[in-house]
Amino acid sequence: MTAADLYALAGVGLVGLGLYALIVHAHLLRKILAINVTGSGIFLVLVGLSGTGPDAIPQAMVITGIVVAVSATALALALMLRLTALSGQAELPQDPDDAH
Amino acid sequence: METMTGLTGLFDVFLSAGLLWLAWQALASTDLFRAIVLFISFGLLMALAWARLGAPDIALAEAAIGAGLTGALLLSALARLPRDVPAGDAGCRTAFVVRVLAWLATMGLASTLAWVVFHLQPVAPGPGNAVIEQLEASGVGNPVTAVLLNFRGYDTLLEMAVLLLALLGVWSLGVEAEQQVTGADPVLDGLARLLLPLLILVAAYLLWVGAHAPGGAFQAGSVLGAAGVLLLLAGWRLRAAMSSAWMRAVLVAGPAAFVAMAVTTLLIEGRLLEFPQAQAGMLIFVLEACATLSIGATLAALYLGGIPQAEDDA
Repeated sequence: MTAADLYALAGVGLVGLGLYALIVHAHLLRKILAINVTGSGIFLVLVGLSGTGPDAIPQAMVITGIVVAVSATALALALMLRLTALSGQAELPQDPDDAH
Repeated sequence: METMTGLTGLFDVFLSAGLLWLAWQALASTDLFRAIVLFISFGLLMALAWARLGAPDIALAEAAIGAGLTGALLLSALARLPRDVPAGDAGCRTAFVVRVLAWLATMGLASTLAWVVFHLQPVAPGPGNAVIEQLEASGVGNPVTAVLLNFRGYDTLLEMAVLLLALLGVWSLGVEAEQQVTGADPVLDGLARLLLPLLILVAAYLLWVGAHAPGGAFQAGSVLGAAGVLLLLAGWRLRAAMSSAWMRAVLVAGPAAFVAMAVTTLLIEGRLLEFPQAQAGMLIFVLEACATLSIGATLAALYLGGIPQAEDDA
């Protein structure tokens, strides 16, 4: 097993952790954290799998991905704050009847 | 990369375990503030992992954006959440059955992914070799910059559009929330005045050095964005500046430069973003400079959150 394999495996673990947290947590800030952890895991798998020596293409894609992730996070946080201002809670409505 | 041995191998094992542990702690923490601080430390460890994977360009971007700016965004959003909003204990409200099903599903997915990691045959020779072979033609010496700005320039073109769209989305949600003004803290203000020229210098250096060494527009832009966040934190009244027409011109400079370059190369060379070889280095630098300014301005504006209003009492 190489170091790249090890980090790819850690990435797999992060994807699992993040997805699980995304499903079970109701609070939107926690869901946003979970999506970010999942994203980091996917980046690690992508670069770890490129294997033998540094490869510029997955690296460039991950840099693009990091910037897209921060943009999405900023938009998600703004949506969360707007929802909280409107509904008084930082969670999506559980019951379909609650949705307005 | 050869099989792990000795001290560096041990370090890799501890770093991977630390990443998983921090992510788990951040996601399971009942206190939201603690969760965000743990997430920021997770980002810093990610930067270390990138350095170990031989990807210093990503390490720089992760430390500045993944840990720094994302952390600042999260903390600022937490501060704006009303105090009486329940923090929602980690998963306690979800039914036990749902949690078990979610655990089984994610474990299944993770096991499949792990199996793939071990059984996927590496493509030999990978496309990375083609990048190294064609590096002469790209006009820059750093392979990552060559991919970002030349070989796959359309990725970066679309990425600039994503940044601008995210900002438009945030702005369309309303006027920025009133931030608690920290007052004139002389220490923070003095520090900001000391750091600002340094941050601008670092950004310019990263932009310039990106042509042949780790660095580039994204890293430089995020350092500029961090400078903007620092000024906002120090209580500088940037709202009038942020809402001016000049600021909007800076925000669209990057995407506009990319679109203009794409159209020009399409008309002259017949292909999107295909630079004439002799001028490639210079053209890439111009694009990167515009992109740096736009990325820095957009990230600072995203931190402000909401469309900035000019103040009358300035």
